Amino acid sequence: MSFLEYNVKFTPTGWRKILYLNWPLIVLLIAVAGVGFLMLTSVAGGRIDRWAEPQIERFALGFILMLIVALVPIWFWRNVSALAFGLSVLLLLFVEFFGVVGMGAQRWIDLGFMRLQPSELTKITLVMVLAAYYDWLDVSKKSRLLYVIFPLVLIAIPVALTLRQPDLGTALLLLMGGGAVMFLAGVHWAYFAGVIALGVGAVFAVFTSRGTGWQLLQDYQYRRIDTFLNPSNDPLGAGYHITQSQIALGSGGWTGRGFMEGTQSRLNFLPEKHTDFIFTTLAEEFGFVGASSLLALYILILVFCIVIARATRDRFAALLVMGIAVAFFLYFAVNMAMVMGLAPVVGVPLPLVSYGGSAMLVLMVAFGLVQSAHIHRPR
Amino acid sequence: MKRTVKDTEDSTRQIGRRSLFVGGLFLATGAVLTGRMRYLQVERADDFRLLAEENRINIRLLPPARGLIFDRGGVLLAANEQNYRVTLVREDAGDVDAVLAELARIVTLDMTALERARAEIARRPPFVPVTIADRLSWAEISAIAVNAPALPGITPEVGLSRVYPMGADLAHVVGYVGPVSDYYLEQTGDTDPVLQIPDFQVGRYNVEARMERVLRGRAGTKRVEVNAGGRVMRELDRDPPDPGGDLQLTIDAGLQNYVEARLSGESAGAIVMDCQSGEILALGSTPTFDPNLFVRGISTAAWNGLNNDRYRPLANKATQGLYPPGSTYKMIVALAALEAGVITPDETVFCPGHMDVGDRRFHCWNRGGHGRVNLIESISQSCDVYFYEFAQRVGIEAMSDMAKRLGCGVRHDLPMSGIAEGLAPTMQWKAQNRGAAWVVGDSLNASIGQGFVLSSPLHLAVMTARLATGRAIVPTLIRSIDGISQLPDQAADIGIDAGHLQLVQRGMWQVNNDRLGTAYSSRVEVADYAIAGKTGSSQVRNITAAERASGVISNADLPWERRDHALYVGYAPYDNPRYACSVIVEHGGGGSAVAAPIARDILLRAQLGEVPPPTLYPANQRRDIERLHRELPILRTPPTPTGRTVRSQA
Repeated sequence: MSFLEYNVKFTPTGWRKILYLNWPLIVLLIAVAGVGFLMLTSVAGGRIDRWAEPQIERFALGFILMLIVALVPIWFWRNVSALAFGLSVLLLLFVEFFGVVGMGAQRWIDLGFMRLQPSELTKITLVMVLAAYYDWLDVSKKSRLLYVIFPLVLIAIPVALTLRQPDLGTALLLLMGGGAVMFLAGVHWAYFAGVIALGVGAVFAVFTSRGTGWQLLQDYQYRRIDTFLNPSNDPLGAGYHITQSQIALGSGGWTGRGFMEGTQSRLNFLPEKHTDFIFTTLAEEFGFVGASSLLALYILILVFCIVIARATRDRFAALLVMGIAVAFFLYFAVNMAMVMGLAPVVGVPLPLVSYGGSAMLVLMVAFGLVQSAHIHRPR
Repeated sequence: MKRTVKDTEDSTRQIGRRSLFVGGLFLATGAVLTGRMRYLQVERADDFRLLAEENRINIRLLPPARGLIFDRGGVLLAANEQNYRVTLVREDAGDVDAVLAELARIVTLDMTALERARAEIARRPPFVPVTIADRLSWAEISAIAVNAPALPGITPEVGLSRVYPMGADLAHVVGYVGPVSDYYLEQTGDTDPVLQIPDFQVGRYNVEARMERVLRGRAGTKRVEVNAGGRVMRELDRDPPDPGGDLQLTIDAGLQNYVEARLSGESAGAIVMDCQSGEILALGSTPTFDPNLFVRGISTAAWNGLNNDRYRPLANKATQGLYPPGSTYKMIVALAALEAGVITPDETVFCPGHMDVGDRRFHCWNRGGHGRVNLIESISQSCDVYFYEFAQRVGIEAMSDMAKRLGCGVRHDLPMSGIAEGLAPTMQWKAQNRGAAWVVGDSLNASIGQGFVLSSPLHLAVMTARLATGRAIVPTLIRSIDGISQLPDQAADIGIDAGHLQLVQRGMWQVNNDRLGTAYSSRVEVADYAIAGKTGSSQVRNITAAERASGVISNADLPWERRDHALYVGYAPYDNPRYACSVIVEHGGGGSAVAAPIARDILLRAQLGEVPPPTLYPANQRRDIERLHRELPILRTPPTPTGRTVRSQA
C-alpha cells in the first residue's frame, strides 16, 4: 500500500523541500567524493587537471541531478520505475549491438561528453522496478511461486545481457542486488535457502564444465578465478594486479607513506590505479588509518540509508532505499575485497571515488531517490 | 485493488526487520574488510614494505672502459673511441616519421639500419631510447645538436667502442673484440654480470681474448628508481666502474708494420724476438685482415671472402701454422750428435748426392753431391747426406730430446688464441699415433726436418734465440700490466756445451757469409750487422722415382699448393746476438731464394730501428732493394706514441 493511501499530515512543498534534505548524508557523500578527488590528484602525480578536475565536474553535475531527483516526489519515481527499467534494458540491448568495445567487453555508449555504461544504470532501475513490483503486489501473495518467478525474470533479463557483454562483475552485482530486494520484501526464507543451494551447485557446475564442450564461462573468467585462488602462481602475469595491489596496501602500514609518497602507485606498479584499484593508493599513502576511515564513511552512509528506510512507512520507498543501500554496499565491498585479495578481480569501481562518469552520476541519482524518500516520507 | 492499512504496516515492519538483518550483514562485512586491512597493513606491513622497495629499486650496470693496449714504445694498438650516436625516444618524438625525415635532412642515414630502427621503435615501450644512427662524426653530431629544437625525442649520446689504430698490422697479435654471444657464454661459463650490458663487447681473438680478465675491468652499478614499465625515474646512488688494466706488449709497432709489409703478397709467417729477453718484437702473418671489421660485426660477404681465401688470412701462420722445418732443423741434429759424441767437428762425410739405406735411396738436395764436407760446411751448404749419416748414429731419441731443449715440439704459452705444439717425434710417439715401429728411414727424414717433424715459426724463433744465446729463452708478449713489469727473469743456461754451440753458430754464420753458403746472396755488407742463419726448403710432396729419372720438376713449374715451403731462421748481429728471426713462406719455393732475403731485411730493420739503407746490401742488389722499399706498404710516418703515456714501470 502506498503513500497516497496514508493520511499525510505534513509534506514540505516547493523550495522548502531543500530544508528537509538529509544534510548529514549529503556531507558524507561530499566527504567520500573529496577523498576521491584527493586520490585522483595523487595518482596523477599532483596534477589536478588530469583526473580530479573532470571528476569534480561530474560530481557537481551528479550533485545537481541528485537535488532535482530529490525534489521530485517519490511517488512519481514509483510510477516511472517500470519505464526506467524498460529504458535501461533497451540501452543494454543497444550496447549489445552498437556499443563500443573496451577492455574486452561491450559496455559503453559514447554520448560525446561522457561514456554511458547502461549496466550501471540498470543497477538502480532494477531496484526501482522490483520495489515498485512489491509495492504493487498484494502482501499475502509475495511468496507464491508465480509471483516469485516474475521478479526473477525481471532480474534475469539484465543479468543475461550484462553476461553477454561480457561483464561478470556487474552481472553478479545485479543478481545480488535484485535478490536482496526480494529478500527485503519478505519473500519466504526457503526460496533463498534453495537459491543458495543452487548457487553452490552452479559453482560446482562452472568448475566441472571447464574445458568441456559446454564450458559455462569464458577462458579469461576462469583465469581470473585461478589467479584469485592462487595469485603467486603467476606473479608477473595474471596474478600481477593482485600481488602488486597487496604490496601497495601492505606497505602502507599504520599511517601510510604520506600523500603522493606511495612508491607503488607513483611508479605505476599498480594497475588501473585511477579506477578500480584506487583504494590501494589510498591504503598505501594513508595506511590503515586512512583506509579504515573510508570504510567507516561508507558504513555510515549505509546506516543513514537504513535509518531512512525504517523511518518511511512506504513500502516502495523503504525497498528502494534499502535496495540502493545494498547496491552501494556491493560496490565498495566487492571492490575492497578484490584489491585486498579476498575476491577475484572483477571490474567494479570504488563508489564515488574511482574515476568514471557513469557510476558517479548513477550513484548520485540513486542518492537523489534516497533523499526524495526522506523528504516525502509520511509524517 | 484495495489493501488494508494493517497489511501495509505489517509488511513495512517486515521490511524494517529484514533491513536490520541486512544492516547486520553490512557491519559483518565491514568487520571482515577491516580485519583484512589490519592483517595486510599492520601485521604484514614490514614484508610488504620490503617488497615495495624491491619493486622500486633497480640496479643498473655501468660498463667499465676496456683497458688499452700499447706497444713497447707507447704506441696505441687498441683504444676506446668515443662513439657518437643518436637515439630516439618515441613518446618524446611525437610524430616519429616527421622527426626521422628531419634527421635525414641533417645527416645521411643508412636506409637498412633505419628500417631496423623503425621496427624496434614500434616494438619497444615508448620511453625506451632506440639507436637511430651510430658512429657519427663530430660534425654530424654538432649539426644535430644545433637543430635540436626541430628534433624532439632525438638525443645525441656518446659511448665507447674499440678501435685498432694499426688496423690489419696487428690483427694476428692483438686480435679483436666482438659481441657476447650465447656460444661465448656457453664456452667460457663466464657469469660476470657485466656481460648482461647491451652491446657489451668481449675479446674474441688473441690478446684481446686471452687477456680478457685484465682488460675487461669491473662493472659499476647505479641504483635507480624505476616504475613498473622499467623507466628510470631518478638515480639514487652510483658505484663507478673500475676500468680494465692497460697492457703493454713487447711488440714494436714500427717493426711489426715492416714485417707485415715485407711479407705482404705471400702466404707467410714471421717472428722477430729479442733473443736475450725472449720478448716478441714482431709477429707477422700474411695475408691479414682488418680487426676493426669484427668490432662492428663483419658482413657475410667480407667474412666469406676471408674464409674462402686459399691464403687463409684468418689463420695465424706464425703461431698456429705447423710446417716441416726442413733444413732449419739441422742445428738440432748437429748438437745432438756432438753432445752424444758421435761426431767430431773435423770428421768429414762424402756426399755423392744420395745415400742408400737398406733398399731405399735418400737424396741430397744437391743432386750432384757436395763432395767431402765437415760439420760447419754441412750446415752452411746444407748437405743432407751428412745429416743422414749422423742421424743413424745418434738416433731419434737424442734428436727429439735436443729439439725439445731448444724449444721445438713443445708448447709455448703466449696469450694468443692458437698456439701449435708442434712435433719432435720419438719412437713411442710413432708407435702410439701411427701404430707402426720406428724405422731408420724415419730418423733420416727427421734429420733434415721432414717426415713427422712439425714446427711453427714460433718454435723456430725460440730455437734460434736459444742457439744464439745458449740460454733457455722463453717467448713473452706482455711487457707490463698497468705499469707492472711482466717480463721473466734472465733465462737460465740451456746446458749445451759452449764449444758445440760455437761450432753451430759458425756454420750459421757461413750460411750467410761464405761464398758457398746457401744464403750468401742474403749477406750484409757491414760486419756490425752481420747475420747468422739457416735456410730450409721443405717438401710437401713425394718425389717419385720416375720424376727423379726424368728430372725433378722445378718449384716454379708446380702449382702453388705443391711447391716447397721456404724457411729461414737467423739472428743478428753475429758477434753480439740481439734479434732472432724466423720466416716461413708457404709454398714459396726455396728458403735461400725467398725466405732468406725477407729475414735479412727484417733483421736489418730490427737492428737499425728504421728502413735499412741500400748501402748495407751487396752492391748488385742495391737498386732492387731501393725499389722494393719504395713499393712496400710501409708506414711512411712511423707510429707515434700517443699523448696518453704508459705508466712508468716500477
